[in-house]
Amino acid sequence: MQDRDASPILSVRDLNVRFGRNTIAAITDVSFDIGRERVGIVGESGSGKSTTGRAIMRLLPPKAAVTARTMAFCGEEILGRSQRQMDRLRGQEMALIMQDPRYSLNPVLTIGKQIAESASLHLGLKGKEALKAARDMLVRVRISDPDRVMGQYPHQISGGMGQRAMIAMMLIARPKLVIADEPTSALDVSVRKDVLNLLDELVRENNSGLILISHDIRMVASFCDRIIVMYRGRIVEELTSLDMAQHSYTRALIAAMPDARHPVRRLAVMDRLALENIGETVA
Amino acid sequence: MIRVENLDVAFRHGQSSHHVVREVSLSVARGETLGIVGESGCGKSTLLRSLAGLEGGWTGRIWFDGREVGKVRGREELKLAQMVFQDPYGSLHPRHRIGTALAEPLRAMAYRDDRQRVLQALRQVGLPADFANRFPHELSGGQRQRVAIARALILSPPILLLDEPTSALDVSIQAEVLNLLADQREERNLTFVLVSHDLAVVAHMCDRVLVMKDGAFVDELTKDDLHRGVAHDGYARELFEASFL
Repeated sequence: MQDRDASPILSVRDLNVRFGRNTIAAITDVSFDIGRERVGIVGESGSGKSTTGRAIMRLLPPKAAVTARTMAFCGEEILGRSQRQMDRLRGQEMALIMQDPRYSLNPVLTIGKQIAESASLHLGLKGKEALKAARDMLVRVRISDPDRVMGQYPHQISGGMGQRAMIAMMLIARPKLVIADEPTSALDVSVRKDVLNLLDELVRENNSGLILISHDIRMVASFCDRIIVMYRGRIVEELTSLDMAQHSYTRALIAAMPDARHPVRRLAVMDRLALENIGETVA
Repeated sequence: MIRVENLDVAFRHGQSSHHVVREVSLSVARGETLGIVGESGCGKSTLLRSLAGLEGGWTGRIWFDGREVGKVRGREELKLAQMVFQDPYGSLHPRHRIGTALAEPLRAMAYRDDRQRVLQALRQVGLPADFANRFPHELSGGQRQRVAIARALILSPPILLLDEPTSALDVSIQAEVLNLLADQREERNLTFVLVSHDLAVVAHMCDRVLVMKDGAFVDELTKDDLHRGVAHDGYARELFEASFL
């Protein structure tokens, strides 16, 4: 399957984002390609990983100045598109799964209606058909009692179930690119694995690309084919496994994590001053 | 240092009653760190809040330092155990300067409002003294959690109750806060009860871990168990495997 279409789904070159008149850029010269694979973007808060995701979706507020040499989705430039043209793309061709289902689902619509809305917008289904498609999708995301969940409101279901409903809504149109922004950090560890496996399964089935944005480098490493490490708005390194980490930032990030199997008395703390000096010599 | 016998918490709402903590007993030695892990809704935070005296509806008996404490706590009893909360954005008063927030426990315990003590508390958690004049929104998440720890330690309690102290922080900042807690524990011979859903954090900090499910403890793990990745109970094993994904 992969040989049939080896061209990247998304190709980004020298992406820059600056908010308002801020002198510090949120993202500087970020370049990467996403094929039909799973790519993780990791970094601390403020490293620009979510901004990158939103820049691709063109969901940043107007005060954000987004520039890039190229930002091509399936070979077509998307940076110059109007919002209306983007609307046709968003949800249908590219989808964003957000962190907390309690905030990102519509609180006054039942789960069934929300997913049916997605079906009618992107698949052109109407009324009963859309509801049936929604129900089928709920079964696909392994919700055991879809008829009950269809009639429930977001506050009545658990976080794990909410995230499944979110995945159902986002993947109903079989988008070519799925951006998951911290999809599991609001969930319990035991549910986390199920949600990730589910996401993986559906993305493979649709043969689409997945960008997993997370602060948890260990989780990303076990899940993704490639890892992009971001620090202060730049890509510092691209890895296929944690053992290959060369950059001192990536190493510090790995060392700062407590590991039950390799106990230490004190955790390694990042030497930010040294890192800044490295950053300056690179820049 | 801490002894709990048959602690039971049920929340009643009209006719319905929700049994959150079911007859749990535990004891923690002086200088020991006990971890409690479990999923959301298992009752771990309610247990901790009952220990701190923030929850009124419990039955059973609690001893701190050999002295039995009740539901309504006097000043001397409140001074024995202080709590650090999860969310450093929600647990500091947004309109109080850091200095005021830190002086609050001193005032509540009828100490003299002592500026020196506030500055000393800030220094101890590695923050500059001029932070006393700042508002919480001028601080980062890690700095706020340091303030929360300083606030808990300013009364020099022998017991610190920690409710997910680092789950809102980045791993690099988490490492700093965990080191700070470990240093303070060593320096003051503190007794910790640490509640978390993150087994890696608990394994790093604790001498002993209790696994909680549906309001009761299902497994007890020693440090050795954690390092070897051994769990005795099926649920604990599941939790283990999920967290080392």
